[in-house]
Amino acid sequence: MSELVNDISIVEEPEETLSMNPRKFILWLFIVSIIMLFAAMTSAYLVRRAEGNWLEYDIPSIFSYSSVVLIVSSLTMHWAYLAAKKDNFGSLKIAITITFVLGAIFLYMQFQGWIELVNENVFFVGNPAGSFMYIFTGLHGFHLISGIIVLLVALIAAFRLKIHATSLNQIEIAATYWHFLDILWLYLFFFLVYFH
Amino acid sequence: MATVSANSATVAHAAEHDHHEPQSFWRTYIFSEDHKTIAKQYLISGIIWSIIGISLSVMFRLQLGFPNMKLDFLRPILGSWINETGKLDPDFYLALVTMHGTIMVFFVLTAGLSGTFSNFLIPLQVGARDMASGFLNMLSYWFFFLASMIMLGSLFIETGPASGGWVIYPPLSALPQAHKGSELGMTLWLISMALFIVSQLLGGINYITTVINLRTRGMSFSKLPLTIWAFFLTAVLGLISFPVLLSAALLLIFDRSFGTSFYLSEIYIKGEALPNVGGSPILFQHLFWFLGHPEVYIVLLPALGMTSEIIATNSRKPIFGYRAMIASMMGIAFLAFIVWAHHMFVTGMNPFLGSIFMFLTLIIAVPSAVKAFNYITTLWRGNIRFTPAMLFSIGLVSFFISGGLTGLILGNSALDIQLHDTYFVVAHFHLVMGAASAFGLLAGVYHWFPKMFGRMMNEKLGYVHFWLTFIGIYLVFFPMHYVGIAGFPRRYYAFTSYDFTKNIFADMNAFISLAAIFTFTAQWVFIYNFVHSLIKGRKATQNPWKSNTLEWTTPINPGHGNWPGEIPAVYRWPYDYSKPGAKDDFIPQNVPYSQTPESNLPHENELIGLEKEIEAQNLNDQFKQPH
Repeated sequence: MSELVNDISIVEEPEETLSMNPRKFILWLFIVSIIMLFAAMTSAYLVRRAEGNWLEYDIPSIFSYSSVVLIVSSLTMHWAYLAAKKDNFGSLKIAITITFVLGAIFLYMQFQGWIELVNENVFFVGNPAGSFMYIFTGLHGFHLISGIIVLLVALIAAFRLKIHATSLNQIEIAATYWHFLDILWLYLFFFLVYFH
Repeated sequence: MATVSANSATVAHAAEHDHHEPQSFWRTYIFSEDHKTIAKQYLISGIIWSIIGISLSVMFRLQLGFPNMKLDFLRPILGSWINETGKLDPDFYLALVTMHGTIMVFFVLTAGLSGTFSNFLIPLQVGARDMASGFLNMLSYWFFFLASMIMLGSLFIETGPASGGWVIYPPLSALPQAHKGSELGMTLWLISMALFIVSQLLGGINYITTVINLRTRGMSFSKLPLTIWAFFLTAVLGLISFPVLLSAALLLIFDRSFGTSFYLSEIYIKGEALPNVGGSPILFQHLFWFLGHPEVYIVLLPALGMTSEIIATNSRKPIFGYRAMIASMMGIAFLAFIVWAHHMFVTGMNPFLGSIFMFLTLIIAVPSAVKAFNYITTLWRGNIRFTPAMLFSIGLVSFFISGGLTGLILGNSALDIQLHDTYFVVAHFHLVMGAASAFGLLAGVYHWFPKMFGRMMNEKLGYVHFWLTFIGIYLVFFPMHYVGIAGFPRRYYAFTSYDFTKNIFADMNAFISLAAIFTFTAQWVFIYNFVHSLIKGRKATQNPWKSNTLEWTTPINPGHGNWPGEIPAVYRWPYDYSKPGAKDDFIPQNVPYSQTPESNLPHENELIGLEKEIEAQNLNDQFKQPH
């Protein structure tokens, strides 16, 4: 009996329980679920592509430009974060507004990409190769809209001077989510370029 | 940087969260953010769903057991689904099978089980005031409620609910013209399940965050009760697999409503070719089973966790192999993701790939056997108290073993090709996942009823309920193995018109149906006991089972925030039962080693020095912190 207990419990140091802000932690788990959603989609794409009967077409060139826009918006998002950390309210407002505008421009460019696809005779209905293109960009766009809403909330908070060096949670959450959506798009873009 | 900002924010928010005023009726009982109330909401919803779900199975069992029976007496409920000759409509038979599966797997054994006990026990057993986000938790329940209403509503529409089986394989489910159940019923099924997935993700994210971030002082992962380990791993499984089902459902929705061809290719209906080309129905199966298989463990793991706790408590012995139990649950959780294709051995899969999946599948037997042996060795020479919860837990072990054994048979691709989609499979998964999880759920209700409602359930009725159910379930599912080996396929409306099934096993099928009705009837003993004990049950004491975990240190009816004062710190693992030298046969987790010198082992005496450090740790009280 006592031997058994000895086996089981080894001497250990008392550890502090992790005390990350639960909201940030929730965001990371939310990101995990989005990753799984897109992992499923992209693996479905690969499985389907391996079966042949696959439509070949050019990826709209505007997607390369929209990628650049999104990368720039990530940079301005980081600028906003740094400004908030330094209590530099002027640049915070400018940076967060620019990010917001760039996000909107990105969405517009994605839409232009769809128009380009239609002109190429690649439709949502038809060979799954084309459908997947719309699904990837559409689902990402949908998530980007949610990112823009988060950004909008942060924007309003910034204009009400609620974001400052001692209250960074909101801007940190908005920034993490925004950077994630940026990386997610780059992943999808390079995936589509490589496997189309 | 993050820590600095968090600390300074503490000061700013402390005043805001220090007092919680009494809230209105609506906020207290309906749109509540309190984890205990949400757990009870899930429990009540789960019970209602299980009555509906099992009733549906009794209806189709009547058809299968007594194919010539006049079912006119069901007309008040089923209306025109009973045709003029008093027979069940074949389309509705398929709907019944589909809805029984969907309801039992998702709405009862996922939401009713995890939703109830993860919500109720995680904050209480890790020592937290509430879930990490009460709001998301509330949202999770109401998404579930909305999903429930839509699914329930689909039962009453003219074309009937979804009826392509709970696995909703396309093309049957993708083409509204294919079948009555693929019309509006299927659309509602997909909407309901999408909402259900959102609900599960919100819930799961909350469970994981709470377990990781909101443990009390001293509650390291190696001191967590096995219940919490099980709920934690379940939530991780859900977080990873439910988004995949969402993808599958999303593509199916596009196929159904927008004309895409992800799953459809070269289909002719009534001689007319459909425009869809280039899709792959097998793709759906891959995506579906990537969720579908982990889902089995999402259903089973919480039951295993709770019964570990109940069996240790009622054997008055430490759980045998605490770390082995955790390791095997982790093993099961990991393997759950790489075995999905064993549901697809007959899809024309490459036999080599099939043998890889077969190999991986059979490995699951190892952690499962570790768990079974650990249960038995915990019981071995224990000072067993046969409470109803304990009986149901032992019943779970029985089902887990007898159902698991047939898993070894079905996991072999060669044997599965013979047995695929027969009643053998039905018998297997009803025992190992259906009945075992249901017994875990029932054990949990009997065990934690005093904590939930402050009253005890009637033990005598509990015994009656256990024996009737335990015997009933074996009477239903044991004969079903024989029917399956004889080649009877599942989901068939009747066996009277095929040569290979015409004149055999009619008596066995009738017997199974009678046993099913018997078992269903026995559940009313539980319902009566539950309702009666809720109102008139004996008042509970603070720790009626003399258990070690933290929930029994709260007041009999814990209020908002669970502990009236400071949250207790934790010094020891939760299984110090019958410790040699101790004055009681249990030592709760919040009793420091310095207070039990008579029973401490040498290495535990060394831990006394660390108690001051544990007490000095961050209080981790979320009501006094920014959240």
